[in-house]
Amino acid sequence: MSQELEAVIGLEIHVQLATETKMFCGCRLSFGDEPNTHTCPVCLAHPGTLPVPNRKAIEYALLIAAALECEVAPRSIFHRKNYFYPDSPKAYQISQYDIPIAGAGKLGDVRIHRAHLEEDAAKMIHVGESGRIQGSNASLVDFNRGGTPLVEIVTEPDLTSGAQVREWGQLLRATIKQLGVSDVNMEEGSLRCDANVSVRPVGSKELGTKTEMKNMNSFRFIERGIEAEVTRQKELIASGGKVVQETLHFDPSTGELHSLRSKEEAHDYRYLPEPDLVAIAPSAEMLVAARDALPELPAARAARYRDELGVQESAALLLSFETDWAAFFEGVISEDDSIEPRVAANWVTGEFSAELRKQDQALESSKVTPASLANLVGLVSSKRVSHSSAKTVLESMVADGADPLVIVEEQGLEQISDSGELETIVKAAIENNPKPAEQVRSGNEKAIGALVGAVMKETKGRADGGEVTRLLREHLGL
Amino acid sequence: MSDTDLIAATAAGTAALIRDRQVSPEECLEAWLERTAADDLNGYLWRADGESATNGVDGKADSPVAGVPVAIKDIFCTAGVPTTAASKILEGYRPPYSATAVRKLADAGMPMLGKTNMDEFAMGSSNENSAYGPALNPWDRSRVPGGSSGGSAAVVAGGLAPWALGTDTGGSIRQPAALCGIVGLKPTYGSISRYGMIAFASSLDQCGPLTQDVTDAALLLSQLQGRDEMDSTSTGIEGGVALPSAEDLTGMRFGIPSDLIGEGVDPGVKAVFDRTVARIEELGGTVSEIVLPHAGHGISAYYVLAPAEASTNLSRYDGVRYGIRDSNADLTSMYEVTRGDGFGPEVKRRIMLGTYALSSGYYDAYYGRAQRVRTMIVRDFDAAFVDVDFVITPTSPSVAFGLGEKTTDPLTMYLNDLFTVPMSLAGIPAISIPAGMAAPEGGGSEMPVGFQIAAPAFGEQKLLEASFALEKAINFDPSGGRVR
Repeated sequence: MSQELEAVIGLEIHVQLATETKMFCGCRLSFGDEPNTHTCPVCLAHPGTLPVPNRKAIEYALLIAAALECEVAPRSIFHRKNYFYPDSPKAYQISQYDIPIAGAGKLGDVRIHRAHLEEDAAKMIHVGESGRIQGSNASLVDFNRGGTPLVEIVTEPDLTSGAQVREWGQLLRATIKQLGVSDVNMEEGSLRCDANVSVRPVGSKELGTKTEMKNMNSFRFIERGIEAEVTRQKELIASGGKVVQETLHFDPSTGELHSLRSKEEAHDYRYLPEPDLVAIAPSAEMLVAARDALPELPAARAARYRDELGVQESAALLLSFETDWAAFFEGVISEDDSIEPRVAANWVTGEFSAELRKQDQALESSKVTPASLANLVGLVSSKRVSHSSAKTVLESMVADGADPLVIVEEQGLEQISDSGELETIVKAAIENNPKPAEQVRSGNEKAIGALVGAVMKETKGRADGGEVTRLLREHLGL
Repeated sequence: MSDTDLIAATAAGTAALIRDRQVSPEECLEAWLERTAADDLNGYLWRADGESATNGVDGKADSPVAGVPVAIKDIFCTAGVPTTAASKILEGYRPPYSATAVRKLADAGMPMLGKTNMDEFAMGSSNENSAYGPALNPWDRSRVPGGSSGGSAAVVAGGLAPWALGTDTGGSIRQPAALCGIVGLKPTYGSISRYGMIAFASSLDQCGPLTQDVTDAALLLSQLQGRDEMDSTSTGIEGGVALPSAEDLTGMRFGIPSDLIGEGVDPGVKAVFDRTVARIEELGGTVSEIVLPHAGHGISAYYVLAPAEASTNLSRYDGVRYGIRDSNADLTSMYEVTRGDGFGPEVKRRIMLGTYALSSGYYDAYYGRAQRVRTMIVRDFDAAFVDVDFVITPTSPSVAFGLGEKTTDPLTMYLNDLFTVPMSLAGIPAISIPAGMAAPEGGGSEMPVGFQIAAPAFGEQKLLEASFALEKAINFDPSGGRVR
């Protein structure tokens, strides 16, 4: 008999902090600059150099700790994590080990195990076909990235599916972005996510052997990678096999998993308390400052949109996860009290967002202001413009930023408000389309769509859809 | 003013001659460069010429030491000037920056005479671990000058520099000062910036002066101390350091840790120590016995902690960015061949000791336990300093030993540090002053004996006052060390 298995997933997320300078020296942070132009004796690990911690990075870490509701250690310390590799000029990474700056916390329904400060490694470029160090002709090191401040966030193994990982990962990314402490750009590596994946019989408390999935550069890929790995582990166990602890890479182009290294090759990092640094002991003022600086975070904002403003759940989440969209939405509803937030949210996340995509535009460079979109929504709500005409207006607004009222007047898109005129058109539609009319009368209500379409065509979309349907039903004797 | 008179002056005396325009800074430097050119002690690994000695030096500095040249231990980074820490692995390395201590002295108008010999990466007590051959003891060239700051001690004692900069991790300033008959001061951990000082054991390393007398030590310390934003562990000495002036030791309490000074001290050294204790009492000081119950374990703890830190500090010498690279075959060969060729046997021994001590599964048994011993030694001193103002010991159990005498037995060599290591572990200041002469156990002419005085953290001023009064009473004759 085969037991039902469930997935158990924990995440390790590296967040590059958007400080001005590196974690332990005064070099500027940079992305994409000429290699080795942002280096100094300290980040090149010249003999005799010493690290000095970046105060801003500590403040950012405290902000993240506050946002994740973590306990902050009164005195956290740095350790040296020793390993030889050219991307690590000191041959150790300064990280935190047994006393991290932030302990237990939570975000949404996932518990946070810890969050700690460390420095990023330099970037290696391997010249040769493989693109990896084995078999390469030469390896080059760019130390610009070396020493970039990182916060590593480790979750408890509270996640159970790839889809949940994607959703939660997006919430985390939105939260960090809202704090303004990182660019959280996965493609550029300012947010990196590793997942520990294992399976166990449903109801079991013990954890199975885990594999580690590394370097996935989008949450979609992470979702697919985890699903593939969970499936692999379940099939392996079902066929009597055992999961081997190893590090895996998911190739999104083929959907395949490759082993990077097995546990046997694991390093002994010989952790040593970093003697060159003193403990981080945040003052009460620093902790208060971090809490006071917390903006409204995405999870809280989504709840407020849903519960207080009556916005639909899906739109509330979409808006909350994107800071600039949320700001745009709030701009729309603050323009005009009569606009229902639920309706405005649907316009922003629906038609407006779709039109931007269609015209290949980004929100931050769009010519449409919250005020002009509010005007358009107002025109629809007051039934001066039909929903379908409004889409035409929106197209012009996105294209050239024109005032919706001007477009409506110029193009004669004002809704037909004369019910006599509309009634005439409705009657004509029934006469000219006897077949669907007959179908509706004999009980096929769906056929009414053809008649609505005919009316809309005749009015060039200027009629109110609800009113058209009402009149059609009346004249068809329903 | 003759060159001979100039060379005979202390550094403070030289500074006064320059201030009083008896001699110009240029004449002073020239006289000293003539001396360094005559170095037959292998004291210098690199010697400056007139131009490089004053490169970056503020010639118009308004400071009490302007124009007085200084010798720098080769462990300090000096911009554009070879810096090897006496290791082959850094052959040809010219740092892009200068250590804070070096920069402060240049800013104070002090020319640099050269870089002095030392044990490789400061690991050793005889200077025999230098990749460039040992420095010699100017009192007897068949004997070691001590280590690791052996070159700095030899050039000051030998009259090849007015004073020198050294570093002390477990005794590396005090022991060579004792063996060469000069003054060596290890200040409180954190008094002087470690930035630019090539790390051996970061939690123990401290920069300090090697000088002809206590006044010079105070003067050089006053220029070096201070908080440095490039070193998070630096604090400076609150209130600074003044030149000492005490005439006697009235009201000062001295403690002898008899449990520590037991067996293993040469009788000649013990006799000088006892005479010095009698002098303290003659000068009005009180002397009592104290206990430092855990100090005897200092050496064991030290030889776990220091190698553990060294093993990670020395990992950066990998052939990638600077120094030598002896293989390009593949990554592992580059590391192995470069480090295999570049490091000497004692450095390799300590890297292996330290790597082992930090290995997963052994950490608690070695590093963890050694840290606990260190904490107990700190408490021992805290308790002792309730009853006394100073702790006194011989600096070293013996006088300078013969070249090659102890090189085959690392453990015997490590015991040289028996009396100096506890103060390093506690982070407290300690000074060695020359107290007399004693014949070596195996025979030979008499050699200098050092007397160590330790004080509570940041008690440098009191330590210097006591040392100054005692030094005057001892009236040690340094002329036997002067290179003729």
